[in-house]
Amino acid sequence: MRWLLLKDLQILKRSPLQLTLLILYPIVIALLVGFAMTRDQDQTKVALYNAMPAGEPLGFGGEEVDGNEIRDQLCGRVDCVEADSTADAKKMVESGEATAAVIVPEDLGDKIRSLASLNPESPEIQIIVNGSDAVESRVTDDRIEAMLGEANLLLAKRLSEGAKEYLDLILQGGEFDLLGQQIEVLGLKRSEQILKQIEPKLPPGTDREQLGRAVRFAHLATDNLDLAGPLLTAITEPIKAEKVEVGDDAPSLDTFAIGVTVAFALMFVTVLLVAGSLALEKEENAFTRLTAGLVSRGQILVSKVGLGTVVGFVVALILLTGLGLFVGIEWGRAPYWLLALIFGAAAFSAGGAALGAAAREVRAATLAAVMICLPVALLSLVPDDAVGPVIETAINLVSAIFPFRPTLDAITGGLEISGPTLWLPLLHLVILTAAYGALARLALRRF
Amino acid sequence: MGRFNLVQTPLTGTGPALAARGVSKSFDGRKALRGVDFEVGTGEVVALIGPNGAGKTTLLSILAGIAEPDSGEVTGNGVAWVPQQAALYRRLGVRENLLLFARLQHDAGQTGEAPEQMVTRMLELTGLGDRAGDQVGTLSGGNQQRVNIAIGLMAGPSVLLLDEPSVGLDPAQRERLWGFVLGLVGEGTAVAFSTHDIQEAERYAERIVVVAEGEGIFSGTADALRQAVEVEGGPAGDLETSFLAYLRGRGH
Ligand SMILES: Nc1ncnc2c1ncn2[C@@H]1O[C@H](COP(=O)(O)OP(=O)(O)OP(=O)(O)O)[C@@H](O)[C@H]1O
Ligand SMILES: [Mg+2]
Repeated sequence: MRWLLLKDLQILKRSPLQLTLLILYPIVIALLVGFAMTRDQDQTKVALYNAMPAGEPLGFGGEEVDGNEIRDQLCGRVDCVEADSTADAKKMVESGEATAAVIVPEDLGDKIRSLASLNPESPEIQIIVNGSDAVESRVTDDRIEAMLGEANLLLAKRLSEGAKEYLDLILQGGEFDLLGQQIEVLGLKRSEQILKQIEPKLPPGTDREQLGRAVRFAHLATDNLDLAGPLLTAITEPIKAEKVEVGDDAPSLDTFAIGVTVAFALMFVTVLLVAGSLALEKEENAFTRLTAGLVSRGQILVSKVGLGTVVGFVVALILLTGLGLFVGIEWGRAPYWLLALIFGAAAFSAGGAALGAAAREVRAATLAAVMICLPVALLSLVPDDAVGPVIETAINLVSAIFPFRPTLDAITGGLEISGPTLWLPLLHLVILTAAYGALARLALRRF
Repeated sequence: MGRFNLVQTPLTGTGPALAARGVSKSFDGRKALRGVDFEVGTGEVVALIGPNGAGKTTLLSILAGIAEPDSGEVTGNGVAWVPQQAALYRRLGVRENLLLFARLQHDAGQTGEAPEQMVTRMLELTGLGDRAGDQVGTLSGGNQQRVNIAIGLMAGPSVLLLDEPSVGLDPAQRERLWGFVLGLVGEGTAVAFSTHDIQEAERYAERIVVVAEGEGIFSGTADALRQAVEVEGGPAGDLETSFLAYLRGRGH
């Protein structure tokens, strides 16, 4: 079987056009998509309606965060357009003037302040996205996520400074300013010391026992930072965004774009190569000679799928590395996305083999490959909410029986921890590989 | 043709080296073979002639074990088959093609000879040593056919099935081809070949089998075929004339 694979690679080497395409294709695509992605950065406009009273200081723990400061953070990454009301902001999104709107509610300040109290409430801002445009809304999700991240970081810093101060106060004791009044706080450590000093002076009995318990409590409390529990959990992610349009675990735009680019390239290279190469066996008449006692049909099939997997994987890797020059790729997650590439390449190869075995002619196989791949891949990209439920089901069905969507999911899941889970699409790809392999084997009977 | 020095053990013994009994085959309901009996004796050379679509290729591929008959049975082993159309990778060189099939045959246990050595021997046999590096697609049809046949000879078969082996060969190359095929025959290999060249059949075959519309309608020497036509009051002359008269006399 290795001889068959070697022979296919030799044939590939002898086909200058095919080889050039295989090498140039991923590089050119990487350059094009890379440039497009880095240019796209500053084109997003976001409508901002700030209902919070202007200049309201959000003081806590001696630190102050101005409402405007949060806004500045939000608008640091994108063009903000001021809106006069929630309705106005919505209109801007609907008309396409803005890709999204951010509504800062009146009570955001109160809620943020509450973070430093004993009854913390989650501050929320509302985000309005135009759901009819899947790519746009993904762009926006991504940008807003980034903006929120920055705003949260700022708040978290301030809050944790406040929290630390509170903690120090409770633990060490000191002066505390409450509504203009200076209050002396004893602090747990000093309380413990004082109590310890008193304890031996008391005569043995109930009082001394009680005091002993108080000492133990003070000691325990000092050791235990849980007192600051609600505060500390609040600072991990102070502002929650309430998205009006929410995609189901959508990866970030960059990851999504990389995924689509790589999945497309992988699909075309692999399906065309395997379908063409298998049909070539028939065209060159070699198939009958090979199967006349030399190798089995199954072995020919496996060698073709192997060829597609190897070549597709290499091409996708070149492409991904090229894209890595433009956008951040998590090399630490390489084992995951490498798996995604291999499984995707195998599934596309099996699909290509089924196609090549059915077509039996290089030209027909190539044409069929393009005519099937392109629409099915594009269908897989149609957002669920853009069509009615019946068509949606139909699209999902088509997407599920073709390896494009699971490959895309696996790649994005492999690239990003917050992307879709990796294992489900991988399992899906294994099933598709087996199914198409079986179909191809069946078609080879009448090859 | 002293340069063809194939090492082979001559087969001894009697009985057919390869036999088909009552073989039938249909393609999509259309009968290609209707209960054909056919055999090749040890060391015998048999020519298979008949009109286009008569079923010659179908019969040979069933004999070679490449196609399954719908009914009937085939007995015999050590059968090699050289397809009508060259089964070669045109993008690969002559040596690369030979090496690929030598390796596959070696791995399949059809020959114990080391692949590299086999390739050297086959290049010598085909006289294509000086073109070993050329892509097969750039060779003339005749030279492609030589490589095609060389691959069929690799396993040192006891029966060699050749489907229109001399198509596209010039007379010198044709003579050369038959030189080495007859060399094999001299060492005990049986040969069955199909051809549209009646003169070739007469010249090289000991026995002629005529197939028409999926049926075997004649088996015997060239002289026997001529006599059969003359007995029926047909024209006397060359074998081709007799062959055509024989077919016409049976409604073909
Ligand atoms: N793979 C196939 N599918 C369908 N029909 C076939 C197939 N192979 C052969 N046939 C049919 O079987 C019949 C016999 O074909 P075959 O190729 O054996 O003829 P042949 O005697 O070799 O003809 P030729 O002299 O033209 O080579 C023809 O009618 C042909 O159309
Ligand atoms: Mg034929």
